Amino acid sequence: MELVTPSIGLVFWTALAFICLLILLRKLAWKPILGAIHDREQSIDEALNKAELAKQEMTRLTAQNQDLMQQARAERDEILKEAKTLKDGILNEAKKQAQVEGAKLIEKAKIEIENQKKVALAEVKGQVSTLSLEIAERILRNQLDDKAKQEALVANLLKDVELN
Amino acid sequence: MDCNQVFVLKVKKVIFVFTLLIAFLSIRNDTFAQVESAVSPDSVVAESAHAVSGEHGATEHGEEKFEPTKVIMEHIADSHVWHLWGHTSIPLPVILYTSGGLEVFSSANFHHGEHDYQGKYNKYRLVTGLKQSMTKDMFNKNIKVVGADGQIDEAASDTVIDFSITKNVAAMFIAIALIVIVFSAVAAGYKKRVGKAPKGLQSFFEPVIIFVRDDIAKPNIGHNYAKFMPYLLTIFFFILFNNLLGLFPIFPGSANVTGNIALTFVMATATMLVVNLNGNKYYWKHILTPDVPWWLYPIMIPVELIGIISKPFALMVRLFANITAGHIIVLSLISLIFIFKTLAIAPVSVAFVLFMDVLELLVAFLQAFIFTLLSALFIGMAVEEHH
Repeated sequence: MELVTPSIGLVFWTALAFICLLILLRKLAWKPILGAIHDREQSIDEALNKAELAKQEMTRLTAQNQDLMQQARAERDEILKEAKTLKDGILNEAKKQAQVEGAKLIEKAKIEIENQKKVALAEVKGQVSTLSLEIAERILRNQLDDKAKQEALVANLLKDVELN
Repeated sequence: MDCNQVFVLKVKKVIFVFTLLIAFLSIRNDTFAQVESAVSPDSVVAESAHAVSGEHGATEHGEEKFEPTKVIMEHIADSHVWHLWGHTSIPLPVILYTSGGLEVFSSANFHHGEHDYQGKYNKYRLVTGLKQSMTKDMFNKNIKVVGADGQIDEAASDTVIDFSITKNVAAMFIAIALIVIVFSAVAAGYKKRVGKAPKGLQSFFEPVIIFVRDDIAKPNIGHNYAKFMPYLLTIFFFILFNNLLGLFPIFPGSANVTGNIALTFVMATATMLVVNLNGNKYYWKHILTPDVPWWLYPIMIPVELIGIISKPFALMVRLFANITAGHIIVLSLISLIFIFKTLAIAPVSVAFVLFMDVLELLVAFLQAFIFTLLSALFIGMAVEEHH
């Protein structure tokens, strides 16, 4: 029976000590400990979330980079193509122009040649006429000695002139 | 979460098995003790009671019958001196509140109950163990007032209230000092290494604190758990430290603190107060207007009101009985050596004591856990919101 009858002194001291312990530990230990554990858990959670976000950002960035790369590549191809067409165009143009120019030059040359030829011909004609005149003079000089012959010659000459 | 469920299941199984075991051993022990006490007058076991803890006993004192019940009960009960070994013991202060005023003196003045002490107001006598007569009072009294005729004056004794620092009180103070030192150190660790991984003592206690929070408080109380964490942690570690110190066989330990009904009474009262002071309107509505036909109220309301008391009462008895039973079994096993008066039985005793000590180690944690768990459960029932 002694075992199950609480003694008032022990009840008093236990209650007092327990209340003191509760207040003391609450202030001294549980608040900082639980607070620190809570804070740390939160910071770990936060860090994990941040890591997750960073990972997502990373994937997004990688995808974006890929896109940009592709775009750049496409653009480059486009530019190259354009350049090529442009080059071809210019070349063709140049060729055509060159041809036209060449043709023009040839034409000019032909005209020149023609002119030169004409001039040369005219000159030749002049020279021929001069020579002919000289020859005619000489012949005339020779033939003027003889009257008959002179007349025949004039007649002939006249005939020739007319034929010309 | 899976792991927790498995763990809880295992704990339940373990509790069940060990309860059976303890019950079995207690019954065995009781019948054994009864048989022994019935037989002992014939087979005179001449051995000093002090021989249990020292070798001086047999020579210095006269031949004395070894009474295991007395030895065990002396240990289980509270005492005004802290017995260390042989005849060495620490006297503890006696504080008496008498009608005249406070009396404070050392328990050494009683000389182990052999002398009376003349205080300022009365003459006192220390009555120990089974010699003590039953008091009409609810509370135990070991210190009696001696009348002028040299006889105990029961009427005067009833007016004296004993607030002595007894062995249990002293042991409890040691445990409290230890708890405060340990957890101040742990808290200092958190302040020193803010946001870093725990280290040393801190990393030893952190899982326990988190266990109390995540496996006791959160599932039973719910979102409002934070308010009750200091209380739950305090009762958990208070019971745990006292249980463990009780297993320690010499000085700072050895007291049966958590196996004392006064202490478990205070703890259970604390839980009762916390539960009922925090009970919300749903809790009180459930008690005062239960969900039954009105004509059942005369039965239901008293039943619910008894429930308020019976829940902490179960807590009180559970802790007290478990720890006391453990101490009784260990002492009974040790007593076997002196009952049989042979060293041959010692290896058996020691082996069994070792087994029991390991078991008690488990029980120390288990009872702290169960007390805290049930307190959390009752608090959870009182603060539960019904939508």
